[in-house]
Amino acid sequence: MSRLDGTFARLRARGERALVAYLTAGDPSLAGTRRLVLAAARGGADVVELGVPFSDPLADGPVIQRAGARALAAGASVARVLETVATLRAEVQVPLVLLTYYNPVLAFGLKAFARTAADAGVDGLIVADLPPEEADPLAAEAEAAGLDLIHMVAPTSTPRRVRLIARRSRGFIYLVSLTGVTGERQALPSDLAAQIRTLRLVTTKPVCVGFGISTADQVAAVGRLADGVIVGSAIVRLVEERAGSATLAEDVGNFIAELKAPLRAS
Amino acid sequence: MALSLPDARGHFGRYGGRFVPETLMAPLAELERAYAAARRDRRFRTRLAALLRDYAGRPTPLYHAARLSEHCGGARIWLKREDLCHTGAHKINNVLGQALLAARMKKRRVIAETGAGQHGVATATAAALLGLPCEVYMGTEDVERQALNVFRMRLLGARVIPVESGSRTLKDAINEALRDWVTNVRTTYYLLGSALGPHPYPMMVRDFHAVIGAEARAQSRRVLGGLPDVVVACVGGGSNAIGLFHRFIGDRRVRIVGVEPGGEGLATGRHGASMTAGRVGVLHGCMTYLLQNDDGQIAVAHSISAGLDYPGVGPEHAYYRDAGRFEFVAVTDEEALEGFQALTRLEGIMPALESAHAVAHAMRLAKTLPRSKTIVVGLSGRGDKDVHVVARALGTEVG
Repeated sequence: MSRLDGTFARLRARGERALVAYLTAGDPSLAGTRRLVLAAARGGADVVELGVPFSDPLADGPVIQRAGARALAAGASVARVLETVATLRAEVQVPLVLLTYYNPVLAFGLKAFARTAADAGVDGLIVADLPPEEADPLAAEAEAAGLDLIHMVAPTSTPRRVRLIARRSRGFIYLVSLTGVTGERQALPSDLAAQIRTLRLVTTKPVCVGFGISTADQVAAVGRLADGVIVGSAIVRLVEERAGSATLAEDVGNFIAELKAPLRAS
Repeated sequence: MALSLPDARGHFGRYGGRFVPETLMAPLAELERAYAAARRDRRFRTRLAALLRDYAGRPTPLYHAARLSEHCGGARIWLKREDLCHTGAHKINNVLGQALLAARMKKRRVIAETGAGQHGVATATAAALLGLPCEVYMGTEDVERQALNVFRMRLLGARVIPVESGSRTLKDAINEALRDWVTNVRTTYYLLGSALGPHPYPMMVRDFHAVIGAEARAQSRRVLGGLPDVVVACVGGGSNAIGLFHRFIGDRRVRIVGVEPGGEGLATGRHGASMTAGRVGVLHGCMTYLLQNDDGQIAVAHSISAGLDYPGVGPEHAYYRDAGRFEFVAVTDEEALEGFQALTRLEGIMPALESAHAVAHAMRLAKTLPRSKTIVVGLSGRGDKDVHVVARALGTEVG
């Protein structure tokens, strides 16, 4: 059983929902990311997603775009992110999932990437611009290395695609709540419950919802429907705002604790 | 040579495909179906043909540049005059086709990206013609370089949205247009302007521009008494080039040459020659040759011509490059400026700086070939939009 499967099974048994916290690796620095991941785990994040920055992040809104640009400017690269994960793995048990775009993975080499990531202690992989139709080469390497390749379902996915994605996705299914890019939104989409129901009809795999979720209230609402809630831009914006502060890691840890609170078993 | 490309999944060999966020997968399939239905629809074809003839001004002439040829002292150079199209460039061919498709799909809004502004102006034009609201993404670097085209788009009723992210050029304008499309995909038609992006765009854009090569081929047979020996076109994303080249792919004796922007020279690293100096990767929905660093981060392209300032080339070009059917060469900013001036002085035709790259290479090539040989050059656009850039490069200021 993979570390992700174990985490979701344990949470389910306890009637608890997962908080998936996203951080852009290398923002403000890779050493900073190390501290932030430790703080996120202490704060109660059940899964940590690490964004591997790419020069052209077309699925991301302004907050994560800026974080990626800062990380690249500070010297983050695929190899250095993987090294950071390797040092983290000795200290945290929390499942670590990399979120990136296909080109940096291709440039590293599919086999080399999958093996190095697995050896470093990465558990899963999300590639924002790699739909199942194009994913066979990476899926084969990921499977051989024991990495979960996680796919996304969108509001525009047809029933046939929903089934395909549910079948292919490993670890969990990432449900994109809205048509759009990553970023905070005032309100949750009104059809979210229906989207989740549709997905539940075809799969028993854990469903985590992301895009546009930024407050504890929104997390609580989504937590009533899904197995996990993914928060990205709100955390990354906090990192941006407090980057120079001595209490950055503590502040992020506290914010994550606040987001996790409504997901604990009542 | 496989003329039935792309395959059913939108691949040209290993290139092309559909590398996009899941949100766009079903809409791209819908677009593919709508395009296939439109192509089968005689009324759609008739309407497009009528617009190309009466509105865009097709067919464009194949013109013998006698004085330019004389100057080079070798092969005869003929120009396929896309610069005479309405809006001043080949871009209108694709735009009319896709705008009719957008209307047929009952989309309420059209978005586009633009580099030099030619595709933006063409899209704004077609949107005005069909009464569609239009928004055009343009990097702030290009907004500055091409202020006149920005104002043209506004006059045509389009909204120009300056893009501040990344390198602030065409690649970032495409990122931003894709982000808009992901957000508004149910109501919005993304009118992509080059033969790249996710399937079906490379195929569709090629098909709408294939009229260039079809005309040039028929005209060559008529006025040259046979096919040309070489066809040459500039390649940024590669839309005018694939349009000119496509009908010649099966003509094995016709050499096909794409001219990439060599910028300040390949050795300086400041260029846009993805075929000559790039590696295979994935950007903007397709696998193709890209300028990138070892970490897979996309490099910034450099060219005096905003329309060639793109770090990749359409996937069909990549396929035919590997197959050995298309050759690619690079022409520097300086050589392009020489081509610009030569054509202006000797023929009274001011080419777009993009097209000046093709002219410059044709001149180079003509000198090495005997007078019995013929070269057809895709003159993709006219140069009015570039006069201020040329003035600055030559050390004068205008306006």
